[in-house]
Amino acid sequence: MSSKGTVLKPGTPAPHFELKLSRDKKISLKDYIGRKVILVFYPADFSPVCSDQLALYNELLPEFRRYNAEVVAISVDSVWSHKAFAKDRKISFPLLSDFEPKGAVSKLYGVYKEQSGYSERALFIIDEEGIIQWSYVSPTNVNPGADGILKTLEELESKKK
Amino acid sequence: MSNQGKSSLALPVGSRDHMLGSKDALITLVEYGDYECPHCKAAHEVLKRVLGELGGKVLFVFRHFPISTVHPNAKTAAEAAEAAASQGRFWEMHNILFENQDSLDIDSIKRYATTLNMNLQRFEKELLEHVHSQRVREDFMSGVRSGVNGTPTFFINGTRYWGAITVDSLTKALEGVLKTIPTRKE
Repeated sequence: MSSKGTVLKPGTPAPHFELKLSRDKKISLKDYIGRKVILVFYPADFSPVCSDQLALYNELLPEFRRYNAEVVAISVDSVWSHKAFAKDRKISFPLLSDFEPKGAVSKLYGVYKEQSGYSERALFIIDEEGIIQWSYVSPTNVNPGADGILKTLEELESKKK
Repeated sequence: MSNQGKSSLALPVGSRDHMLGSKDALITLVEYGDYECPHCKAAHEVLKRVLGELGGKVLFVFRHFPISTVHPNAKTAAEAAEAAASQGRFWEMHNILFENQDSLDIDSIKRYATTLNMNLQRFEKELLEHVHSQRVREDFMSGVRSGVNGTPTFFINGTRYWGAITVDSLTKALEGVLKTIPTRKE
């Protein structure tokens, strides 16, 4: 099953997932119903670009929460790698492990790179009802920043009014 | 709705900014930086030379972009620069902070302040009460809105500079922009 060219687009219901946060704790997309989710797929723990990217999102959590949005990040790394990475970089949002079967959730969202075995560097904003409102795939070595996320959150907020 | 290619300065340079150089300069160079970031310290050394060579042609502006999860003292350092700024000593403190990047804890910063001929009581009070945290956050958010994703990030006349941060590259880029600006009528 290849995921090429099938990155999920706005308007699509976000596929359900439940992934490990730690050895004995799982997190499901359903846990976030009623809140927006900024879903961040990234290639690997400890690679220089994503470190900056996730550090930036960590710094912006108060801003995101003003829009009732939480950050959830996913890579194919194991829970042990995530644990070490989160501790080292003081990341306070969940890093989920798309480890077994490898890349299954990344594939559902159309952001798994079969050739390299990593997830793309991709962003999704899922609204309170579980519908994808924005998606963006960045070149793997480019940190996409946060202006696209904030712009989308603002637009969603102004639509409500 | 994509942020691809967005690379311009969301908050134009204005009176709130810390500026170094002539306000009549043809080029404005804005840096988003973090006092505890080693790449920013390297850039600081590069800038001293570049600005020295280009003399009055460039106006340099520094804005704060502290990533506190990676650099635990970065916010305090940024607030210290602002507290010094409120007594007219921004650039002096700015230089000291980069030159002492490995010791940016609050006690060290207080010690640096004693060398700057300031009202120390006021400086320490502002630092401890986080009087300038809002200002630092404004800088940070203006960077985020301009697509800044790490430090240092530079903008030349409002457009993001993607090149290497070396004396050669930066000088060439600035001279390149200078050439595109028609010389003023004598």
